[in-house]
Amino acid sequence: MSTEPKTLFEKVWEQHVVAEPKGEPTLLYIDLQLLHEVTSPQAFEGLRLAGRKVRRPDRCIATVDHNIPTTLDARLNIVDQIAARQISALNKNCADFGIELYGVDSPDQGVVHIIGPEQGFTKPGMTIVCGDSHTATHGAFGALAFGMGTSEVEHVLATQTLPQAKPKTFRISVEGELPKSVTAKDVILAIIGKIGTDGATGCAVEYAGSAIRSLSMEGRMTVCNMTIEAGARTGMIAPDETTFAYLKGRHNSPKGADWDKAVAEWSKLVTDPGAQFDRELVIDATTLAPYVSWGTSPGMVAPITSTVPEPASAKTEIERKGYARALEYMDLKAGTPLKDIAIDRVFIGSCTNGRIEDMRAAARIAKGYKVSPKVSAMVVPGSHEVKALAEQEGLDRIFREAGFEWREPGCSMCLAMNPDVLKPGERCASTSNRNFEGRQGRGGRTHLVSPEMAAAAAIAGHFVDIRNWEVKA
Amino acid sequence: MQPFHTLTALAAPLDRTNVDTDQIIPKQFLKRVERTGYGDFLFFDWRQTPDGKPVASFVLNDPRYKGAQILVAGKNFACGSSREHAAWALADFGFRVVIAPSFADIFFSNAGKNGIVLVKLSEEDVAKLLTNAKTISGYQLTVSLEDQTVTDSQGFKASFDVDPFRKYCLIEGLDDIGLTLRHKAELDAFEAKHDEKVWLRARS
Repeated sequence: MSTEPKTLFEKVWEQHVVAEPKGEPTLLYIDLQLLHEVTSPQAFEGLRLAGRKVRRPDRCIATVDHNIPTTLDARLNIVDQIAARQISALNKNCADFGIELYGVDSPDQGVVHIIGPEQGFTKPGMTIVCGDSHTATHGAFGALAFGMGTSEVEHVLATQTLPQAKPKTFRISVEGELPKSVTAKDVILAIIGKIGTDGATGCAVEYAGSAIRSLSMEGRMTVCNMTIEAGARTGMIAPDETTFAYLKGRHNSPKGADWDKAVAEWSKLVTDPGAQFDRELVIDATTLAPYVSWGTSPGMVAPITSTVPEPASAKTEIERKGYARALEYMDLKAGTPLKDIAIDRVFIGSCTNGRIEDMRAAARIAKGYKVSPKVSAMVVPGSHEVKALAEQEGLDRIFREAGFEWREPGCSMCLAMNPDVLKPGERCASTSNRNFEGRQGRGGRTHLVSPEMAAAAAIAGHFVDIRNWEVKA
Repeated sequence: MQPFHTLTALAAPLDRTNVDTDQIIPKQFLKRVERTGYGDFLFFDWRQTPDGKPVASFVLNDPRYKGAQILVAGKNFACGSSREHAAWALADFGFRVVIAPSFADIFFSNAGKNGIVLVKLSEEDVAKLLTNAKTISGYQLTVSLEDQTVTDSQGFKASFDVDPFRKYCLIEGLDDIGLTLRHKAELDAFEAKHDEKVWLRARS
């Protein structure tokens, strides 16, 4: 073994190299594959056609999340027959190939990127893949986690490996103390706004710096989750005491002597002093504010105190056209203060912000207030475990009393594949990850914000600067 | 996978940057369990009004581009969701080549698995091709994967980079799983040792 200083990414990568055939991509071993109903049916079909088996069913887990309704009645009788067929295909595929499924009836069902960590499947140093672009969420634990297409899902099912070209490394350090009410969501929106939606294409990002270290595991997952929105292959954070405290005692965490051995191994997963990155960026945490997206790409964000930008302010001609098109779609006028934008809907949830800490943060803002009569707002916990915990803490009551709907777990209106959809022209404050045209429903207009900002917008009926919010005891 | 050598075909200009996979194939079509038949839904929300009428101004509804097999687009093409349905829809519609200044990573893999050749050219060259495809009737391009060039009959010529292994797979139309299974002995040996690492086990 060479003693050259290495990055976190390199350490994890090297532990998983099965073969390095000359002139070809590296063959990488995969420790865990997460599966869901939308990107897996064609992969299982491919296995059947080729007469192949799943190599390591014990290194796979599956859940239903993308398409599933979030009201109890609708879950029992899914009226969308095509969605129902996809869910039953997953049931059959998991039964036929021996894969554990967190199905509709499971007490642990939830969004794939929420239940992986919650059940202790996600661990530092692992390689984790899923047919879903938000797989980098698991990088918050120091895992090398990335999204892929369905052919690759099939490839991993058949071989437990994936041919991968080695990405470049990019360290983003956020240094200093985050100002009051500036959350993990604001950190990642600020990064995407700064480097653009293709700013990290081809890179493995490592998030570092004192502001990142100060985040909880939930906050770190929010940051890593949206890495793909800057184009990167994966995002990682070195494991530390916060990570180990989260993992200890989880259902699939190592126990006893194995735990001590594991912590000793995981503790080695840090970037060595002097290790070289292909790129570096340092951000001053103290300059950050709560952000709101104003356009149709996650890079189109601005601090809450600013206004909708003029297309003329864009750097290039092609970006000017993009800005103008986004403003037209969003039905916004340049120069409008972001605080004056009135909203119709609020969605709190998703693999970005559907964890217990997000529920607590939103409830803290909502407590003792009422949702504006002009707004329809819903809270969708990311998993049954999040839901149960929130209910134990009485958060559901706070939300209901304030006029929010309290739903069953799923991806819901993050991508609107289930019945939770915006109507054309509706404007939504959303804690999800994408504000693409039509993402939450055809003609729908999405503004990305933190859970606190979304809850406050629901009450005020328009965006507000959360830093001035009066929290009621 | 269909092997790819050289293609001469009509080019369609999609003069937009950051085209995301939600636009290429909207979510409602991801509920299907088949791998085929997505072509009808390609760019669905841009091709049709909410009441089902074709949007005349959209390039793929313009009869001039009927039968186009080469798509020319702005930078960061196919960003966003990992859905391979985007590659299936482009291939099923008839596209075999996409030319752009840059592509999103996951789509780059997905396209390769479906025999779609992605050609990265400079912003200036792409701008030129967009203009030509818009202004010259019946504008055709020739894409040679062997020579790694894009040419037209008006004297345009640009070469592009392609990873040698990816090129070989596209030209031969090779199945990835079959390629990986050449390393079965190495994989078996690696896995036996790797399984001993309790800290990397999925389950305890």
